[in-house]
This record gives sequence, structure tokens and C-alpha cells, in this order.
Amino acid sequence: MNSSVIVFPGSNCDRDIAVALEKLQFNNKMVWHKDTNLPKSDLIVLPGGFSYGDYLRSGAVAGKSRILNDVIKAANDGCLILGICNGFQILTETGLLKGVLLRNKNLKFIGKDIHVKVTNNDNKFCNKYKKEQILKLNIAHNEGNYFTDLDHLKELEDKNLIPFKYCGENGNINEENNPNGSLNNIAGIFNNKKNILGMMPHPERMVDQVTSGTDGVNLFTSLLN
Amino acid sequence: MNITNTIVEKHGLKIEEYSKIKSLLGREPNLLELGVFSAMWNEHCSYKSSKIHLQNLPTKGKYVIQGPGENAGVIDIGDNDAIIFKIESHNHPSYIEPYQGAATGVGGILRDVFTMGARPIALLNSIHFGSPDHPKTKSLLNGVVSGIAGYGNCIGIPTVAGETKFNSTYNENILVNAMAVGHAKKNKIFYSKAKGLGKAVVYVGSKTGRDGIHGASMASAEFDDNSADKKPTVQVGDPFTEKLLMEACLELMKDNSIISIQDMGAAGLTSSSVEMASKGDLGMELQLDKVPCREEKMTPYEMMLSESQERMLIILEDGKEKEAKKIFEKWDLDFVVIGKTTNTKNLTLKFKSEIIGEIPIDALSVKAPIYDRKWTKTKLPENKIQIKDLKKIKLEDALLKILSSPNQSNKSWITNQFDQMVMADTLQKSGSDAAIIRIHKKNKAIAVSVDSSANYCKAHPNTGGKQIVCENWRNLISVGAKPIAITNCLNFGNPENPKIMGEFAECLAGIKEACEFLDYPVVSGNVSLYNGTNTKSIHPTPVIGGVGLITNINNKINQYFKQDGNLVLQIGKNFGQLSQSVFLQEIYSITDGPPPEINLSNERNNGLAVLKLINDKLISSVHDISSGGLLLALAEMTFGSDYGIKIDKPKNLLNLMECYFSEDQGRYVIEIQPDNHNKISEFLNENNIFNETIGIVQKDYFEVSGQLKIKTNSLYKSNNTWYNNY
Repeated sequence: MNSSVIVFPGSNCDRDIAVALEKLQFNNKMVWHKDTNLPKSDLIVLPGGFSYGDYLRSGAVAGKSRILNDVIKAANDGCLILGICNGFQILTETGLLKGVLLRNKNLKFIGKDIHVKVTNNDNKFCNKYKKEQILKLNIAHNEGNYFTDLDHLKELEDKNLIPFKYCGENGNINEENNPNGSLNNIAGIFNNKKNILGMMPHPERMVDQVTSGTDGVNLFTSLLN
Repeated sequence: MNITNTIVEKHGLKIEEYSKIKSLLGREPNLLELGVFSAMWNEHCSYKSSKIHLQNLPTKGKYVIQGPGENAGVIDIGDNDAIIFKIESHNHPSYIEPYQGAATGVGGILRDVFTMGARPIALLNSIHFGSPDHPKTKSLLNGVVSGIAGYGNCIGIPTVAGETKFNSTYNENILVNAMAVGHAKKNKIFYSKAKGLGKAVVYVGSKTGRDGIHGASMASAEFDDNSADKKPTVQVGDPFTEKLLMEACLELMKDNSIISIQDMGAAGLTSSSVEMASKGDLGMELQLDKVPCREEKMTPYEMMLSESQERMLIILEDGKEKEAKKIFEKWDLDFVVIGKTTNTKNLTLKFKSEIIGEIPIDALSVKAPIYDRKWTKTKLPENKIQIKDLKKIKLEDALLKILSSPNQSNKSWITNQFDQMVMADTLQKSGSDAAIIRIHKKNKAIAVSVDSSANYCKAHPNTGGKQIVCENWRNLISVGAKPIAITNCLNFGNPENPKIMGEFAECLAGIKEACEFLDYPVVSGNVSLYNGTNTKSIHPTPVIGGVGLITNINNKINQYFKQDGNLVLQIGKNFGQLSQSVFLQEIYSITDGPPPEINLSNERNNGLAVLKLINDKLISSVHDISSGGLLLALAEMTFGSDYGIKIDKPKNLLNLMECYFSEDQGRYVIEIQPDNHNKISEFLNENNIFNETIGIVQKDYFEVSGQLKIKTNSLYKSNNTWYNNY
């Protein structure tokens, strides 16, 4: 499977995702934001980091960058798109995913391991996970508090467009286990066609038992399925 | 403009020093030249009070590639891998403007490391605040922590270890020390020594603004009541630009374009140009009208003294400009040739075609003043405390009080604001004895830890100096690493006071003795003097940052209990030393008496024995015994685990409190499988290592026979409440 990782100035998880993709047998290319030709890809990843410093609003400048036109076009043609952390923020800025990522409710950067429940596995990204499976992933963000309007929220729930929700170690989805104040404990969402996934937790940080676990592996192997 | 005494003093120079400047120049300097002198001759850049003591430190060793004197120290960890690291203070700026002060402290130390060709792989910090009750402490803590987080998280280097302490001695002068660790190829290390005549001197990075002018002079004076007015001397950090600068520099370093490179840190363009020329025994001519400026109408004086961040000076090989410029343009950074190397051995400053300043390089560097300041010895305090004279307290109450005290509380409130996982090589995060970072795509790792013991150093500087080296060494051993080398950040008060200068001299003598004995050389460091306000100095607070090597990551170990039924042993002897302990401070507010004695020979033997047992896979968990003593160490071993412990009182004659809260040094707790007990105690006894079985791992409960029995999760809770309620 051919993947491309878009590198913006200020991206800082680009190397990590590349290592994970290569480890899991993707044929990966790094694409600099000024490049004019997006290689033919089955998967495009917008990595985590602080694109353009995120001094305006997370992902705002990257969302308007030239390379994003190519990404949007590819997305509309059905290419799989994965936005992690800052990548998720960029996806909401482009409108490929609806909603916004507000500042964390405690107004602080949060960097820690959390748990999410796989609330939907009937899609390209999660088919190797069991439904209701609890994953340990890592979050590291200042703006991960997902918010959207009630109609869209209902649509997300009704159409099974939420693959991951924050939960406790035992799977309880509640306020106590919501690290950033996200609506309905949302940790990631799809577009209607489910070819675009935006998520705040970092699956690429969980592909190695010796560092912190392997719960992120199946997200990538699902794509190869 | 006439240079008056007032102008001289405003530049932080003494009148005698000004006379020396005049005699070195053979004339009066102009204001620009005076500014350059003040930037180079202040304490921060010249080390004038500390130099003669620093010279005594051991700086060489089997693993040392580069000791002090460069941007950072370099050690060899085999297979053409080198580790480059340094610690630096940003105390004064952080007190004036905590967010930016701390952020630029991180930015500055990162540049020191990537300037030498290393990709930074870990950040650490040691931060000291005043009493939690002091009205400023809370906002300073918040500001500093978010400043460190803001910079490190954005640039994408994991912040993996650190220490946070509170003590009223820092009420008016907090300490913010940041350490950066990087990885380079041994054959691709870059130095700051200029070479060759007529080579292009290139300015890269951010534009120069008016921020941080005289920052280094500010950092070389004590605070007074008007310190808040010094805000404009604090620099403003831009981690995004630093990220670009780092990537651009590392990209340029892939070929052979760079002759030498130096970051513009304290005293900015002045110190970077002077240091490069001085090391190469050359002159340098700078065309100041070429300097990229952020603000209009900046004067040469402002350009030379600005401490705007995220800038570098590079001396390039002939004919490499075009390609180098292309790289910096790719990263949207300035790249301007602003000068050249010369054979005049002068720093020549030009504006348009006019020479506006000319100073011999050696007058700014090797001929800067060096002081052998008067100092007095600190006597070893007598131990007057008898535990039997103190009001009795229940063991459980004492333990819970210590666990929930600000200094011993779990610091996840802080560390959860740091990205500890970015770069995906963090094998052990903060909260343990040391953090562990894997060398990218290899099977080996480094362990890192920062430590300080200001109370011990205050009570007896020489012993305190030895103790921090030992504690740092022990922390690295406790995760399975062989300690290799250290960097130190020496935070002290006013060196013009003989008592303070004595604290400095004696702490250094202690550090030297321990480093020599443990074969643990000092490869880089930083001195921060004049910490204090209105002549009240802080406790002497040397901070040690150590790096150790784990050659096989499968041998890493942590402090958390692994299996019920396992035996728990104490390694190293307990003498019941309570003075200067956390116990006496927290429970009885007693702060006098001597610090625990250091026996370097025991320290080394015990440490090497534990390391051998770890490498032989005979230990399930290990933790060093440090502040808080044995009981606190044991409590901490239950925190990341489902297991507790049942402790039997050791068979010595010590009082219960002395047994559990003494801070005698050179001690560890190890957890072992019962089957291995004979083999292990035989090995320890053969090597004359004191050891005794003190308990057995059990599920869920922390228990001391006949004294206390607490659920481990309630212990954990009491350790976790303070920050969240502060």
C-alpha cells in the first residue's frame, strides 16, 4: 500500500508516523508542503505537530496551504486520509471533517496515556480491532476538545461515524475519563464516506512493545486488510 | 559620547574593570565597544569568579570526546554514536517573566546541542520555587511549567525527566535549569573554532530585535526592588522558528560546508563572534548594516547586545554559500553573509564603510578579568537532635504527611503538561529514578537524570557536593545504566560575599572528589551566580545532570514491584542518620545538623554490585533510597504496580523512625525472586556489600508489621493530591 506523509514546517510527528508505516510494510513517501506533485497514494497522513507554529489557530495556516488542495482532491476521489492530532485539527480547518477542536477544558497541554474504546469497527481503519475493544494510546495536545453542532453530533452518532471514544481502563465512557472535555468523549471521527479519519490520540506511538505498547498497530494493519 | 562612571556602572562593570579596559585598548572605548566589553566581561559569559575553581573538575575520561569549553559536552557511546549534552540556567529571566524565561531557557540549551551536530532526543529540567505559601509561587510555577511545555512540545523534543522543589530560600529568586541531550554520529560533530582566512561569516535564523539587550548583564546581578522593571531584558521564544532552524542546520550539516558554528545565546552576536574568533586565534570583521533586523532603526549597539532567540553564526567553506542558502530558504529563514574572518585578531565592527568599533579579541576573552575571590569554610554542624527527645508520632501519620508534602508529592500535574513520547523512543518516562531514551533504530539506550540537594549543600557544602554526584550516579544505576558523565549547573548567591564564595568553592571540591572517585567526569556546565535579592543569597544549589548507557535495552529496569512472594532487600547500611532529613523537616520543622556522610567507596561498590545483578537479570525491580528514606522508597515502589509489601522491621537496634526515615547514602532497595536469594546474598557477601531482607511483596497492601497497614491505592492518592489542590 502506498502512503504519503505531508510534512509542514512545524510538523514533529512526521518521523514517528513514517517509522510506524514502514515497520508495518507501507511503501511510504514524505511529501514536503512546498512540493507540487502529490505522489499517487492509497493513504495520505497529516501528522501531528505544530504546523506553522500554530500561532494563529491550530491547523489554520496549514489548512490553507497549497498542498492541501491536492489532499482535498484526493480525498474527494476516495483516497484514505488519516489526520492525527495536528492533522485532525488541519482536517477540520479544511472542512474535510466537520466540527472544531477547542482548547482542552483544563486550559493546559495534556501529554499522557489514555484509553479509548473502539466504538465502530465497520470501516477501513478499524476492521482489525474488535468492537468495544479498549486501547491504550497516548495523547499530546493543547486543543483536543472536539465540538460540533447538535445536528452534526446526532449524525455522527446515528451513522456510526465515531470510531474512538475516550474511556477508562475498564471501558467506562464518562466525564471522569474524558481528558479534554470533548463532546460525547469523542477521540476521533469520520466523514460520511468513512475514508477520512481524524483522531487526537497518536496510534503511531503505540506500535512497539518496548516503548509503550502495541495497541496502535491494528489501525495500520486494518488499512492493509 | 563621554563614558562616565554612571554609564560604566549601568553596564554592570566595576570602575577598576573599566580602567583595565582602557589600558587594554590604549584608549577610551566608545559606547558600542563598552557594550561589547560589558557583554563579554560579565559573570555569565566570563566565569570570572568561578573559573579558578572550575579548572579543578575532572573533565577527561575513556568516554569523553569533548569536555567543557564548547557549546556542549560530548561522550562516546560506541558504534560511532555520540551523545551531546549540557544543562543551563535561566533563573533571572524566569523570575521576571516566567513563561518566556523558561521557554527561552529550553530554546537556548537546545541550540547548544544541535549546534554541535546532534539531533536533540531529550529535555530535562530542574526547577526550584519559593515556599508554596509565598504569594508569587503559584503563578511562577504555572508560568515556568507552561513555558517549558510550550517550547519543548512545539519543537517536538520529549521532556522526560526533572525535579521540582519548594523552599523559602527561592522566594525572591527561583531557579530554572534546563538540560538538553542530543545524539550525533561521532564522525560528524561540529565545533565553534574558526579556521581559515577570509571565510564567510553567515548569520542564519530569526531576525534581530530589541529583546534581551543586556540579558547576560542582568543575569549577573542580584535583584533589587525594581527587578520587575527589567522585563524588556527578557527574550521572547519562538519554538516554531527554532524547529526550522534546527532542521535547516541538521540538513546543512550532512555535507562538509560548515567550518564552525556557534549559537547566539547569552550576549548574542557579540559572544558568538568573539568565541569563534578567539578559539581560532583569528580576527573577525562584521558588517553590521547587513544584520537582518526585526525593528526599524536599530543601532549597532543594539544589534551587538540583542539576545533575540533562534539565531546562529556559521563560518562557511569557500564556494558553499549558494547551496547553503538554498537550504535556509527552503525553511524560510534568513541567511546573510555579514562578515569574514581576518588575520587582525581584532573584532572589527563596520557600518556601511565606516569602522565603528575595533577591539582585540583577546581583550574580550583570555584577558577578561579572573578573580580569586576570598572564601571561608563552612564548619560541619554538630548533630544535636536526639530522636527520643522529640514528640512521638505514629509511623503511619509520618509517612502520609511526608507523602503528601509539596516536595515529595507526585509531579504528574507537571509532567502531564509535557509531551514525553514524541520521537517514539521514550522507554521510561519521568517519575522513576531516571528516564530512558532509546537510540533511534538501535538496541541500546541512554538513561538521564537531574538531581540537587540544596539543604545538604547549605548544611555542609563539601558533603552536599559529593552527595548530589552520588545520588545522580545511583539514579542511573537504578534503571540499569552505566553512568558515563555529567553536566552541572551551579546556582549560587553573591560571590563577592566570602561565605557564599566558600559555599561555591567547597561544593565544587565535593563534586570533584566524587566525580574522580566514581570515574564520572564533568563534560559541560554552566554557572549562575548572584542568585538572591537585596543581598540575601539562595541556598547553594548545584544541579547535576547525568547520562548513563544501557547497552542492551532488554536490561532496563524500573522501580515498581513485579510479583507477590518476591523478597525485598535493602542494599547498603542504615546508620539512622536523621539530621537534614525530609522527616525532620516535614514533621518537626528542624533544619539544622549535618547532612548524611558520604562514603564514596561504599557508594561505588554498592552501585556496581547492583548494576551487575541487574545485568545478570537477577533483580525484578530496584529503587534508590534518597530523600524520605527507606519507607518512602518502598512506598514509591508500589505506585506503578498492583503490588504492595509486607515489611518486617530490620534486625538492627535503631529506633523505628531512624530505621525508616534516615537518609544514609549509598543505599538501594531491590526486589528478587526467592529462588535467587542464596545466589544473590552469596555474591553480595563475597563483595562485602551490606544487605538484609526487609520484606516480601504482597498484593494490594503496604504493611509494616505491627505498625501500619494501608491500601496501596490510598497511599498513591495521598501522594497525588497536593498539586491538584494547589
